[in-house]
Amino acid sequence: MWNILHRKLSELVETKSVLRDHIPIIRRFTGGGTVVVDNGTIFVTLICNKDAVPNVQPFPRPIMSWSGLLYGKVFEGLADFHLRENDYAFGDRKFGGNAQSITKNRWIHHTSFLWDYQVKNMSYLKLPSKAPKYRLTRDHTDFICRMKEHMPRSEFIERTIKAVGDEFSVSPVSLDSIDIDSVSEYVHTTRLLTEQEIREASILQT
Amino acid sequence: MALRMWASSTANALKISSSASRLHLSPPFSISRCFSSVLDGLKYTSSHEWVKHEGSVATIGISDHAQDHLGEVVFVELPEPGGSVTKGNGFGAVESVKATSDVNSPISGEIVEVNDKLTGKPGLINSSPYEDGWMIKIKPSDPSELESLLGAKEYTKFCEEEDAAH
Repeated sequence: MWNILHRKLSELVETKSVLRDHIPIIRRFTGGGTVVVDNGTIFVTLICNKDAVPNVQPFPRPIMSWSGLLYGKVFEGLADFHLRENDYAFGDRKFGGNAQSITKNRWIHHTSFLWDYQVKNMSYLKLPSKAPKYRLTRDHTDFICRMKEHMPRSEFIERTIKAVGDEFSVSPVSLDSIDIDSVSEYVHTTRLLTEQEIREASILQT
Repeated sequence: MALRMWASSTANALKISSSASRLHLSPPFSISRCFSSVLDGLKYTSSHEWVKHEGSVATIGISDHAQDHLGEVVFVELPEPGGSVTKGNGFGAVESVKATSDVNSPISGEIVEVNDKLTGKPGLINSSPYEDGWMIKIKPSDPSELESLLGAKEYTKFCEEEDAAH
């Protein structure tokens, strides 16, 4: 489960069920909402020097719109894709949630794609206090949808790589080959929450 | 790839409103939400922060252009008083619905005061970016750093060019 940086945990997750079922919670440094991550989730993170995307001002809305155009190409002819407020949807059903972090010279646009999900896992999430307007009063199961019902996984990945390749030159890289030690003084702000922290939030929930 | 900005941003026209010696005497904003305002008497950065230097203290915040482009601010991350800031480096962040955005200090110095009101009312940055939405006050360590910042006219032009190019 991923969680945004400063929101109160008690407002975002059902802490008692999370504790009971030993669900790990990660607090990430980007903004955005809380998502349930399982072994089918696909993450796409675009890390861009702002000058590499010169048509896009480094603010949330322009970046979000630009990403909507990119993914519009990915799903063209394949599904009824829409950027709805800050979400990616097929029709009016969300399948991708976004989070961004913007610094002076570069920005991250990160998407958690809902490949498949178990209804039981959605019950760990509380209804967010700031829900998008297009959600109306729908609960999770009526609001979200599974990407796997719309296309094969390999096709989504290939089309995404191609769409990104239309804007940038793309080459595959393995994580092992990235020299992490050379990044000195890096302060990790994304971290796993402790059981103690979850218990403290649980006390706040009735 | 051509990208259209949101209507309110593409329609942005900027004007300079002159400030009296005390900011609260002049209305900082035009009535229409389509206009970003730039205050005379402040200095600005190309990353959209402003600084007001008054004697030994400089007040820092983000501009109307910035708050308008960020959208509704839901959380503000601020440093502790007593810490220091360095020109061009981040000292805090502003969180809108889906994004955290760094705020960078226009000049270097020691933080003497932090706007605690922003903890409970982060929206002050949207409603009053030049007054109640101030973020930190510092004791500048090198006031000459102010000279390389943008004046109101230059910043206005900069914002116009940014909005026109996108």
